[in-house]
Amino acid sequence: MAVAELSPQEGAPEVRRERSLFEESLVRLFKNRVAVGSMIFIALLVIVAIFPQLVTNADPIRQDLLQTNAVPEWMLPIMPENAENYAKFSSEYVLGADNLGRDLWARTIYGARVSLAVAFVASAVSLIVGTVYGSISGYLGGKVDNVMMRIVDFLYGFPFLIVVILLQAYFKALARRGSGDVGGIGGTVVRLNNQMGGMLFLFIAIGLINWLALARIARGQVLSYKEKEFVEAARSIGASDTRIMFKHLLPNIMGPLIVAETLAIPGYIFTEAFLSFIGLGVNPPTPSWGIMISEAVQGLRSYPNQIIVPAVMLSVTTLAFNFLGDGLRDAFDPRLKE
Amino acid sequence: MIAYIIRRLLGFIPVLFGVALFTFVMVRAIPGGPFDTVGDRELPPAVVANIEAKYHLDWPVWKQFASYLVGDDILGEEGISKGLIRGDFGISTQYRGQPVSELLATSFPVSAQLGLMALLLAILIGIPAGTIAALKQNTWADYTATFFAVFFLSVPNLVLAPLLIWIFALKLGWLPVATWGAKPPFLLGFLPKPADLNVDFFMRAAMPVFALGTASAAGIARLTRGSLLQVIREDYIRTARAKGLKERTIIVIHALKNSLIPVVTIIGPQFAILVTGTFVVEQIFGINGMGKHFVQSIGNRDYPILMAVTLIYSFILITANLVVDIAYAVLDPRIRYD
Repeated sequence: MAVAELSPQEGAPEVRRERSLFEESLVRLFKNRVAVGSMIFIALLVIVAIFPQLVTNADPIRQDLLQTNAVPEWMLPIMPENAENYAKFSSEYVLGADNLGRDLWARTIYGARVSLAVAFVASAVSLIVGTVYGSISGYLGGKVDNVMMRIVDFLYGFPFLIVVILLQAYFKALARRGSGDVGGIGGTVVRLNNQMGGMLFLFIAIGLINWLALARIARGQVLSYKEKEFVEAARSIGASDTRIMFKHLLPNIMGPLIVAETLAIPGYIFTEAFLSFIGLGVNPPTPSWGIMISEAVQGLRSYPNQIIVPAVMLSVTTLAFNFLGDGLRDAFDPRLKE
Repeated sequence: MIAYIIRRLLGFIPVLFGVALFTFVMVRAIPGGPFDTVGDRELPPAVVANIEAKYHLDWPVWKQFASYLVGDDILGEEGISKGLIRGDFGISTQYRGQPVSELLATSFPVSAQLGLMALLLAILIGIPAGTIAALKQNTWADYTATFFAVFFLSVPNLVLAPLLIWIFALKLGWLPVATWGAKPPFLLGFLPKPADLNVDFFMRAAMPVFALGTASAAGIARLTRGSLLQVIREDYIRTARAKGLKERTIIVIHALKNSLIPVVTIIGPQFAILVTGTFVVEQIFGINGMGKHFVQSIGNRDYPILMAVTLIYSFILITANLVVDIAYAVLDPRIRYD
């Protein structure tokens, strides 16, 4: 009767809960110090953009004509040699003022709103449009898939920047013309856009372009998952197509889509800056980093101080999104990192 | 293979037709016309109508498009348009009376020279940097290369170009700030004359080429690294080592050749973007290239110039993609087209 005495712990099922793939990925992500640092930076930037009063009391669009192009004294080392002859040195503003006497620090802080809004809203637009389009195409398959993907291929041949410029020129002319008298949905959209300083149309123009890449990835993902056993199981117990798509497929395909979208965000921020540079960005006097840089480029020889902070902020923000995107990719697809 | 190339070339026609139709309709949908103002003065509507009639802008859009494509005589109308199919890009409305082809003959070569040099720089830096990073994975060389790659991907040329001017032209005084060294006429229509290829040409080109090429170099380096890391873990590389091949032969002949396939994929679109001119770099460095036409023609509603630059861009883009697909077959004999 030498039955081994089993302690109750050994026989009982283990209590440790299994971690899902998604949780595993999150753990990997939080172990990546650069990615976590980037997330903290972006989070801080978001907080500052929502509550700019935390760091500045100044009004970013108020003009103080006595302080036009004011340069703070501590910036003297970066100024050209003969700066004393023409520049007005004043400690009124931390970073000085621009050519209309507006506080550069306040403009930089408020400018974060545009870049971040573009980063998040434009990517949401393209993520939603791309995912829905791509998964429908992949799920239905056959002729529908063929036609839908042909359309994507066709649109891929279009010059991206020209389409954005065209759309934005169209929206801007629309906004200028129809600011008062247009009724209906169109009028409401135009008025909303004007209230947002012209940001709404910017989101649409930028977001509508990048969905193509997302649609391709989403389709590929759906194609590889829709024949898996769990989908078949769901179908066999009578789940509807919509349910399979949203409850079973979507959670599984989101990883690569989110990674691709995060890595596309620097491109959106660049596009906003570019559109501002050619005068098709947000409406003045709404500050944006792109507008600040293009205004500062004009006076680069005399006032190099004006370009530095918006340029650094723009670059550091895109750097953070790039690092975060890399971190997400390594976390969600560990095969890529050895 | 030849049948494949011919089929792809035939496929150009619907794509170019679609791009032309979309741009043609879209730019005319933007409120405002090319002759609304002279300088800052608005013209009386009767005068505008008269000039527009001369350019056939009073025709319905489909008829204008037909005239643009095949010419006025085929439509049985009086007019000067010989049509795109006979190589007539029309006459600019913003540079009064100048044929678009003449305007492009002086600006496109400048952009092409700048773009080709930038692409060359990108390849010459990107591929070696990515290769070294992959071979010395997780060493300081890898970290340095990876850091610089992410850094240059995160700094838009809108920031990089003024920064370079400020450091190398204004502070250090090493390089001249503005303009392009080579002047028309060009050899073979796009190359600088030997007489123009002096030290001054390269001094002037240094900053714009660097500003334009670094982001591509960074992208190429990252892709080369990632792709090579995957390839050198393949079995056939181990086989090559087991055979006792020299490390150099293994890397250059076996690994690098196969890892270049994804790299070639992005060089295609990069080629089109760089060669057709990047507005920002050309604008900041005062280079008289084609980039400005992309932006100004939309603002000025210069329909013929916009059509021409869009079609040239699309043509170069799809040609580059075709060359990429042919390069696949050369790099990887398993890929066959038939």
